[in-house]
Amino acid sequence: MDRTPGIRPRPGLWQRLDAASRVGFPAVLAALGLIFLSAPLGLPGQAELQPTWVLACVFFWSLFRPNSMPPVVVFLLGLLANLLGLAPPGVPIVILLATQGLALRWRRTLTRQSFARVWLVFILIAAGAALLEWALTCLLAWRLYPAWPGLLEFLLATGIYPALSMLLIRAHRGLAAPEQA
Amino acid sequence: MIRLSIQARQALARLTLPLLIAASFGLMLLGRADVGLIERGRVALSDALAPLFGLLSAPLDSIRGLSSDLHDVVALRAEAEALREENVRLRHWYAVALALDAENGELKADLHWIPDPAASYVTARVVADTGGVYARSVLLSVGPNHAIRRGEIALDAAGLVGRVTEIGRRSARVLLITDMNSRIPVTLQSSRARALLVGDNSAEPRLDYLPDGVRPAEGERVVTSAEANAFPAGLPVGEVHYVASSPLPEVEPFANLERLELVRIFDYGLNGIEPPEAPGRSAATLQSGAERQPGAQPGADAHAAAAGRASIGHASMGHAAEEPQPASPAAPSR
Repeated sequence: MDRTPGIRPRPGLWQRLDAASRVGFPAVLAALGLIFLSAPLGLPGQAELQPTWVLACVFFWSLFRPNSMPPVVVFLLGLLANLLGLAPPGVPIVILLATQGLALRWRRTLTRQSFARVWLVFILIAAGAALLEWALTCLLAWRLYPAWPGLLEFLLATGIYPALSMLLIRAHRGLAAPEQA
Repeated sequence: MIRLSIQARQALARLTLPLLIAASFGLMLLGRADVGLIERGRVALSDALAPLFGLLSAPLDSIRGLSSDLHDVVALRAEAEALREENVRLRHWYAVALALDAENGELKADLHWIPDPAASYVTARVVADTGGVYARSVLLSVGPNHAIRRGEIALDAAGLVGRVTEIGRRSARVLLITDMNSRIPVTLQSSRARALLVGDNSAEPRLDYLPDGVRPAEGERVVTSAEANAFPAGLPVGEVHYVASSPLPEVEPFANLERLELVRIFDYGLNGIEPPEAPGRSAATLQSGAERQPGAQPGADAHAAAAGRASIGHASMGHAAEEPQPASPAAPSR
C-alpha cells in the first residue's frame, strides 16, 4: 500500500528485481514447501501435511496478498501437488481454486477480523476441502474409500493452521512485502 | 503487450478463476480418458526432481544416523545384555536350521525337486515419500540405465514393501502394501490358509477373504503366496495382530514402511496381475484384477479350496525353506 503519495524517482533495476522477487516469494515458498514435504522426513501425518500446507498458503495469500497468488499460480501449485502425489488428476487443483474463490470473495470483510475468526473460516474451508477430496476421489475411482484419512487431514489442518500462519505472517511482513523493496 | 481498457481487463480478471476451474475439471476428464497422460507428467516431474530429492536426503540421513547413534549410546548396556541372550537362543536355532537344511536337501534330491530360478535384484535409495491422503507410495532414485520393470517386487531388509507401479528414466515409484489399492495374495505360514492382504492406508493392512472357520493365531507369520503368479511364494510379509476395534486380523509388516531408506527391487520374471493404479484411475482394470485375485469370493467351494491349499502348501513349504533368498548375499546382482 502506498502510504506516502508523491513524485519520486523511477525505481532502478535492482529495486524492480527486489520488488518482483518479493511478489513471487509466496508462490515459490508454497512450491518449495510442497517439494520439501515429499522428502522422506518420517514426520507423523506427513501425507496429510502436504495438502494442508498448500491449502493454508493459498488461503492466507489470497486473503492478504492476492497479487502474489493469482489464479494461474494457484492452478500451477495444484498441478505440482497433483504430480508430486498420487491424488486423482485435477482434484487438488479444483480444491485450491475453490478455496481461492471463497477467500477472494470474503477478503474485504475477513481481513479486518481477528485471527480467531480467520482461523474459524479456515477450519470451515479445510472441512469442505477434505469432504470434496474424499467425494471426488471416491467418484473418480468409483468405489467407496474410508473417510478417516480425510478426517485426519481436516483435524491436522485445524490444529496446525495457527503455527503455519505465524510463519506466513512473518513472511507477509518481511520477505513478501513489495512495499519494502 | 496489448493494451486493454480497464473494463476489459477487469472482465478478464473475473473470468480467469472460472476458466481455470473449468480447465481442472477438464483435466479430471482427460485423466480418466487417457490414463497415461498424468502418469507421464508425474514420471517426468519425478525424473526432474530425483537429483534434488537425492540432495535433500543426504542431510536427512545424517540427522537420522546421529539420532540413532545417540539412542544407541544411551541403550548400550541393556542392548548388549539382550543381544547376548538372543545370541544364545539363535545359536540353538542355527543348529536346528543347519539340520533342517541338510534334511531338506536330501528330501529334495529324493523328490527330484525342480529348483526355482534365482531372482536378480537391484538396490535403490528411497528419495521421496509421496502418495497423498488416499495413497501410499515411495519414490526411488535409480540410475539412468536401470532395467526395472513394472510389477517387480520391492523388499527391504526385513520383508515385503510393495510393487513397482511407475517407471521413469531416473526414478521409479513403489506402491506400498499399506496403500488402499494394494491386494496381495498371502499364505498364513503355520495354518497354510490363504487370504488376501488388503491395504487401508493405515500402518497395518488387514487380512481378508480368509477361508471359513480359519482364525489366524496372534503372531502367526504371513508370507506371500504364489497364486495368480504375481509374487513368488514365501516372501516374508508380517505377523498377524489383533486390535480391539476390529474383528478382522491385521498384519504388522516386517518391513519398516514408515522409514524406508534402501529398497531392493527383485525381478522374479513373473507376469501375473499388474500392480494397481493410483486412485481415480482405471477402476475397470482394478476391478478385474481384484476378481482374478485368489480367494476373492469368500463363499468359494471349501472342499476344493482345502484340496488346493494342501498341494500349494507342500509346494511352498519346499520353497519356503529355501526362501531366505532375498536376504542371502549369494543372490546374483544384475
